Amino acid sequence: MKKYTYTEKKDTRSGFGAGLLEAGRKNPEVVALCADLVGSLKMEAFIKEFPERFFQIGIAEANMIGIAAGLTIGGKVPFTGTFANFSTGRVYDQIRQSVAYSNKNVKICASHAGLTLGEDGATHQILEDIGLMKMLPGMTVINTCDYNQTKAATIAIAEHEGPVYLRFGRPVIPVFTDPDQKFEIGKAWMVNEGTDVTIIATGHMVWKAIEAGEKLAELGIDAEIINIHTIKPLDEEAILKSIKKTGCVVTAEEHNKFGGLGESVARLLSTELPTPQEFVAVNDSFGESGTPDQLMTKYGLDTVNIVEAAQKVIKRKK
Amino acid sequence: MKHTINELEDIASQVRRDIVRMVHGCQSGHPGGSLGCADFMTALYFEVMNHSTDFTMDGKGEDLFFLSNGHISPVFYSVLARSGYFEVSELATFRKLNSRLQGHPTTHEHLPGIRIASGSLGQGMSVAIGAAQAKKLNKDHSIVYTLHGDGELQEGQNWEAIMYAPHNKVDNLIASIDYNGQQIDGPTEKVLSLENLQAKFEAFGWHVIESDGNDMESIVKALHYAKTLTGKGKPILNLMSTQMGAGVDFMMGSHKWHGVAPNDEQLAAALAQLHSTLKDY
Repeated sequence: MKKYTYTEKKDTRSGFGAGLLEAGRKNPEVVALCADLVGSLKMEAFIKEFPERFFQIGIAEANMIGIAAGLTIGGKVPFTGTFANFSTGRVYDQIRQSVAYSNKNVKICASHAGLTLGEDGATHQILEDIGLMKMLPGMTVINTCDYNQTKAATIAIAEHEGPVYLRFGRPVIPVFTDPDQKFEIGKAWMVNEGTDVTIIATGHMVWKAIEAGEKLAELGIDAEIINIHTIKPLDEEAILKSIKKTGCVVTAEEHNKFGGLGESVARLLSTELPTPQEFVAVNDSFGESGTPDQLMTKYGLDTVNIVEAAQKVIKRKK
Repeated sequence: MKHTINELEDIASQVRRDIVRMVHGCQSGHPGGSLGCADFMTALYFEVMNHSTDFTMDGKGEDLFFLSNGHISPVFYSVLARSGYFEVSELATFRKLNSRLQGHPTTHEHLPGIRIASGSLGQGMSVAIGAAQAKKLNKDHSIVYTLHGDGELQEGQNWEAIMYAPHNKVDNLIASIDYNGQQIDGPTEKVLSLENLQAKFEAFGWHVIESDGNDMESIVKALHYAKTLTGKGKPILNLMSTQMGAGVDFMMGSHKWHGVAPNDEQLAAALAQLHSTLKDY
């Protein structure tokens, strides 16, 4: 097992804020919009440097999506910022018609996704957003795993033509990816090469997959770990290549098991390479109030759940 | 004036012929609101707007128009074709398989003149505000025009946009309301009353003007006046009284022709009331 260490913990949303500032410096057409959550989205640095390129929308997310679509007409590259719940479910039809169907170059950037939002509870803990967004034709869907990857992804999507959903989160978590990485949309990241089982993880579950890989190594299981940050378009080649080698797969995501990364992988495998698969995901449930760690434990999204799923799926191999 | 009022009325008559023929041709679509807005759309595209038929999505240096009530696509397609954005013969493909003239306007099929999909109601003003703010950032002094149904104002997103535009001094925006008092299920005052729209918009900080949307002189005058109000810190609302079905006597004054196509006999009766001025497609 390749050794991963970290020296600090940071939130992915701060990676977004840093990336937005850099994207703004690189391209004068980059503009930002926010629905009354500037501090939560870490947009202050961008606003300070480019006040005329920031639009405070107020608590009106539908209007924000429409204004963002309109700003593209005139060549702007708008980044909208609010919580994941208000970025997707609340404004689904606005995104569908004014952004996706109209093929507008809008970057929908969503913080506080999933259970790790914590104490605010289920009203804010969206676990359905990946599914909602990946069903929209032409929508790119990205869920990043740490500060550095989020920053790099934010810069990368500014250079990508077309609508993008970028999902990240609230809590501070280990920073373990390369600070100078080049983020390639649609390209899997090989975290660890192995032979016994493939673990495909996204978002906050990537660090847990690494921890699981270390535990599995102690048990004599050689896990291959892949980070799928881009859920759509899916890096099918990387996934198939790995699973041809290992013959079984665990998917891990902070999302409902319905509609998430796991289903995307299952769809691929069912047609190309039928393979035993286990899902580490929320079991068709809403969340609740609690600390992020408590919630990840209660809803089965911990390191131990990945370890157990890997052991189980290995037994299912023929 | 690029055209006399008579010339514009003649164009509007042809636009109305196009509308009833398009809707008849596919036996579906929305003639009522399309006919009611034929004069406005003709005034906008043939007289008021500074626009180029060499279509670019960004429309830099041009006035832009956004149709929020996308179901009146027949009138939109007709004025675009008659203005020269695409061949008028293409109007015959309206709502048919593989057409660029979808039931509701879309950029998806790359029809020149369309900059956003509309149909699901209430989204157009937000988009127009974004386009207007992009023009400001680009130091482009052109104007953004919109059209909205009155029933469409029941959609809440409008009021987010109506609140936002004055606060942010989006004063390069001229929104018009197709104020015909009708919607699918009946008169708006019965379905969900709009009450005093002028007072509502003014309370939100808009400059409101009124016009008769089925009187070419009134509508041209109102739009020219509206242009003089741009750049003064407030968005402009043209509250435009119209009759659903205007120009075809048996379609007028009722919500019944909102989304119903005429049969052969009704088509003939409608065309008999509308003289052909630019030749039918």
